[in-house]
Amino acid sequence: MKPITKQAVQAYLEQFLNKTVYIHLETTTGAYSAHKNESNMTVVAFIRNTKVTYHQAKITGNGPYRVGLKMNEGWIYAEGLTDWVYNDENQLLMAGHNSEGQLAIALQISEKPFQY
Amino acid sequence: MKEHVLVILPHPDDESFGVAGLIAQKRKAGIPVTYACGTLGEMGRNMGNPLFANRESLPIIRKKELEDACRAMDVQDLRMLGLRDKTIEFEDDEELADMMEEIIDNVEPTLIVTFYPGFAVHPDHDACGAAVIRALKRRPIEKRPVTYCLAFSNNRFEKIGDPDITINITDVADIKLQALKAHRSQTEGMLKQMEEKLLNNDPEAKHWFEQETYYTYKWEDREK
Repeated sequence: MKPITKQAVQAYLEQFLNKTVYIHLETTTGAYSAHKNESNMTVVAFIRNTKVTYHQAKITGNGPYRVGLKMNEGWIYAEGLTDWVYNDENQLLMAGHNSEGQLAIALQISEKPFQY
Repeated sequence: MKEHVLVILPHPDDESFGVAGLIAQKRKAGIPVTYACGTLGEMGRNMGNPLFANRESLPIIRKKELEDACRAMDVQDLRMLGLRDKTIEFEDDEELADMMEEIIDNVEPTLIVTFYPGFAVHPDHDACGAAVIRALKRRPIEKRPVTYCLAFSNNRFEKIGDPDITINITDVADIKLQALKAHRSQTEGMLKQMEEKLLNNDPEAKHWFEQETYYTYKWEDREK
């Protein structure tokens, strides 16, 4: 992955407009958050291989970045994105990594289901 | 009965953190060790330091790291169970126990190592340990192999007391370090800090390479 450049990501977001795509959306504090510090909460969510179609897409912010995808009946939103790659499987992977390089959020778009 | 150790844990690297010393000693003594690893750690947060993995490449990378760690510990029978990171507790409990039972019946181990259900912090750890215990409870009590459980929840001493098994692993500390290093995507950053701590004789860091502790699981069946 490499640091996000808005124009490049915007172009790839638009490549998937009005197509049926698979989404992976995830955010995590890490499973040990509350174990390490009892005043913390452990909060993790992910949804993988959900099929959607969006007709509008934007990346905003000055880094870390936000992405919003508008669907006919709802929205997909992610904040805290720092890095991206468009991989050999033609999947757009975006992620937010903290100062230790750990993944805190991910938003990924693909025309075929994500593996594993 | 011929000795055979069966380690059942959910994530690649769980074995290196918790059991590498025991595994290495058993292998040095010529005792076969089977490691059944539940998932490929697909949902890990560590992506390498510096960053070299992403959510989609991580499972492929961790599979290779798992194989490398097993080579470091001389584990010759590695089985990957094909479960998915973070989802084990949501599988059907009986089906999960079936999966564990099949491995146990196939290996007929004299010692099993798994996580202590309820005291292993990560939901996958607890669910994996619970499935192993459930599978073992299907057997008559005298047919159950000795089962060592790893526990590290903050309330463990209060609830289940002190671990009854402590093994000195200083003779295989180098193997444990090699196994941990094999899980590069997960441990590289941490090991850098640990090496510094070891140089400063930090007791917590030293502990990782000096001993491993386990709780022998106490069967609480009403009937014999």
